[in-house]
Amino acid sequence: MTKKFAKEVSIAVAEAVAQCKVDVISAYPITPQTHIVEHLAELVNNGELDAEYIPVESEHAAMSACIGAAATGARTFTSTSAQGLLLMYETLFIASGMRLPIVMALVNRSVSAPISIWNDHSDVMSMRDAGWIHFFAENGQQAVDLIYHAYKVAEKTLLPVAVNIDGFILSHVVEPVTFLDQNLLDKYLPPLKIKYKLDPKNPITIGAIGVPEIYTEAKKAQDEALKASYKIILQAWKDFEKLTGRKYLPVETYQMEDAEVAIVIMGSLAENAMNAVDILRAKGKKVGVVRIRLWRPFPTKDFLKAIGKVKTLCVVDRAVSHGATGGPVGIEVRSALYQSNKRPRVLNLIAGLSGRDVTKEDFVEIFEKTFETLTKKPTTPYEIYGVKE
Amino acid sequence: MRPELKNFKGFTLKNLPEYEGFAQGHRACQGCGTVLPLRLALKALGPNTIAVTSTGCMEIVSSPFPYTSWNVPWIHVAFENSATVASGIEAAIKALKRKGKLKSKEKINVVVFAGDGATFDIGLQWLSGALERGHDFVYICLDNEAYMNTGVQRSGATPFGAHTTTSPAGKIIKGQTTWKKNLMGIVIAHNIPYAATANPAFPIDLMNKVKKAALVNGPAFIHVYATCPTGWGTKSEDSLLTAKLAVETRVFPLYEVIDGKYIINRKVDKPKPVEEYLKIQRRFRHLTPEQIAYIQERVNQEYEKLLKLAESFGETQTEQKDE
Repeated sequence: MTKKFAKEVSIAVAEAVAQCKVDVISAYPITPQTHIVEHLAELVNNGELDAEYIPVESEHAAMSACIGAAATGARTFTSTSAQGLLLMYETLFIASGMRLPIVMALVNRSVSAPISIWNDHSDVMSMRDAGWIHFFAENGQQAVDLIYHAYKVAEKTLLPVAVNIDGFILSHVVEPVTFLDQNLLDKYLPPLKIKYKLDPKNPITIGAIGVPEIYTEAKKAQDEALKASYKIILQAWKDFEKLTGRKYLPVETYQMEDAEVAIVIMGSLAENAMNAVDILRAKGKKVGVVRIRLWRPFPTKDFLKAIGKVKTLCVVDRAVSHGATGGPVGIEVRSALYQSNKRPRVLNLIAGLSGRDVTKEDFVEIFEKTFETLTKKPTTPYEIYGVKE
Repeated sequence: MRPELKNFKGFTLKNLPEYEGFAQGHRACQGCGTVLPLRLALKALGPNTIAVTSTGCMEIVSSPFPYTSWNVPWIHVAFENSATVASGIEAAIKALKRKGKLKSKEKINVVVFAGDGATFDIGLQWLSGALERGHDFVYICLDNEAYMNTGVQRSGATPFGAHTTTSPAGKIIKGQTTWKKNLMGIVIAHNIPYAATANPAFPIDLMNKVKKAALVNGPAFIHVYATCPTGWGTKSEDSLLTAKLAVETRVFPLYEVIDGKYIINRKVDKPKPVEEYLKIQRRFRHLTPEQIAYIQERVNQEYEKLLKLAESFGETQTEQKDE
C-alpha cells in the first residue's frame, strides 16, 4: 500500500525532486521565497541527496547555472516566482532554444507594481511564448506527480518544463500526498543520457550565431519539437497511470457531459469552481468546469472536445494582459474556438489577482453571470471581476 | 606557495604545445590582439577543456553557424552570465564524476572568455557570485577597453581620455572622463587563490599564467590586455608593439596575486613616457598636454601603489622568460 503523508506542498515538491535524483540544483531563495529550495539544501547537506547545490546570487544566475549544468549532461532543477521569474526572463528563451531539459517549479505569484507576494498567474503568463512546456497543478498530489512527469517529458523532448503551482494556496499549505515508490520511479525515469553535450571527448559548439540564413529554420525546428511534445506528454501520463492509477489529461473536465455553461480555469481555483458546480447541480443547473492542465503546447483538440455542447464558456483568467482583447487564457480559448464550428459565447473574467480569494460562493455568482449571457451578449470582451467600487 | 603550484613547470619557447584549441579561419580583424591571447590560452589549457564565451567579438568571430573555430567543447549563452554558466558546468562535472556518470581521470578545465564590457560592466555581479562561491574555474577577461563588437562604445574599462562613440572627443568634453575601473582590486577582494594580469606581447608569461590558473583549486582570474587596432586606431601591424608599450610605460603592469600575495612579474624601473604609448593610437589624438600630464601622473601613482603592495610581501619580480 502506498503511504499517505501530510506535507506542506513545497516540501513535497522538494522531496519529489530529490526522488528524481537531480545532479545539480541552482537556486536563489528570495523574490519571493518558498520552502522548496530550502528543503533541497537541507536534503543535500544531510547527505540524503547526492547533488551539487549552487546557491547563486540571483534568479538570472539560477537559470544560467542550470543551462551550464544541463548542457554538460546533468539533471537540473530550479524554482522561482514572480519577480525572480522576470529577472530570469532572458535565459528562459535560451534554455528552450538550446533544447535543454531543465525542470523548474514555478510558484505562481503576482508581479510588481504594486509589489505583492500573493498568488495569481501574472508571472507565468509573461513567459508563455518562451518555448517551455507548462503543466498546472491543482493540488499537492498533482504538484508531486507533475514533477515526476516533468523530468520524464523534458528528457524525452529535450525541452524545459515548468510545473506551475499556485503560490500560498498550494505552496504553503499542508496537503495529503503519496510519493511514488523509488523502484517504480527509477523505472519510470531512467538516468539522463544526452547525446549532444559539453564533453572534451566529443567537442561540439553550443550557442552558435543564428545568422539570417538559419535563424528561421532553427525556430521552426524548435516549434515542431514543442508541438511534437504533445504525444510524448500523453505517453508519459499513460505510463504513469499504469503505475499509480492516477490519470492525467491535457484538459480535464468536471460535470461536462450535459453542461450548458462552463467555467474554463487553470490551477488550484479549479477546486473551488468544482465545489460551486456541486452546489448548482444540486439545484438542477447544468454547469461544469474545464480545467486546463497542459498550457503549452496548448491542447486545442482536447479543449474543443472537452467543452462538449456548452452554450457559454466563462474563462476565468488569473492575469491581466494589458491592452489585449482578453486575459491570456481567454485569448487562447477564443483563438481555439475560431478554428472550430462550435462557437459558444465567451465571457472572460479576470479574477483572483494577488491572492484575492475567489470562493465557491464567488464561483456560484460567476456561473449565474454566465447564465445571463445565454440570452444577452457580453458587453465587453473581458471584465475584471470583484473590483471594489 | 600553493601546493598545486609547487612543482609547476612552465612553458618555454622550446616546449610550446603544437595543440590548437582555436582554429584558423575565424573572422577577427587583421592584427586583432584579442584573438591571439585567446588562442594562446587554449594552447596552454589543452584539449581537456570546456570553454564558455560571453557575447562579444570573440563569440561573433568564432561561431557563425555552421562554422566554428572551437576545437574544444564550447558554449555561448548570453552577455553577462558566463561566470555562472561556468559554475553550472563545474558543478555538473563534480556531481557526474562523483556519481560515476562521467568517467574522466584528468581534470577538466572550465574556462570563461569574456570581454571587458561583459566583465567590468554588465557581468560584474555574475562574476562576483561565481568567485565568492569558489567554483574551480578560470575566468579570462580579454580587455580591449570598449564595446568593440558593436562599434566602439565606452565601458568601465575604457581608459581616461579615450575617444569612443559614447565618449567622443567633443569640443567641450574630450573623451572618456573617468579612470579605468580597478577590476583586479575587485576580483582580489574576493580572496580567490589566483589572479594575474597578462599581455599577448609576453606570450610565454601569458601561457604560464593560464596554466597556473587552471592548476589551482578554486576560482582563478586573468586580466588580459587585448589590443584592438580597429577600435583604437592603431596600425594592425603595431598591435603587439602597442601591447609591449603598455607594459614598458607602466600603463598595464604585469603581476600575479597568489593567495593575496602580490608579485610583480616585470618590474619597469625605467619607464618610457606614457606619451609614446598614447601617440600611436588615434583614440588619444585629441588629448591636450594637460590631459597627457594627468595620465602620466596617475599611471606613476598606480604603479607606485602596486610596487608598495608587492614590496610588503618581500617580492617584486619573478623570472621573466619572454625574451
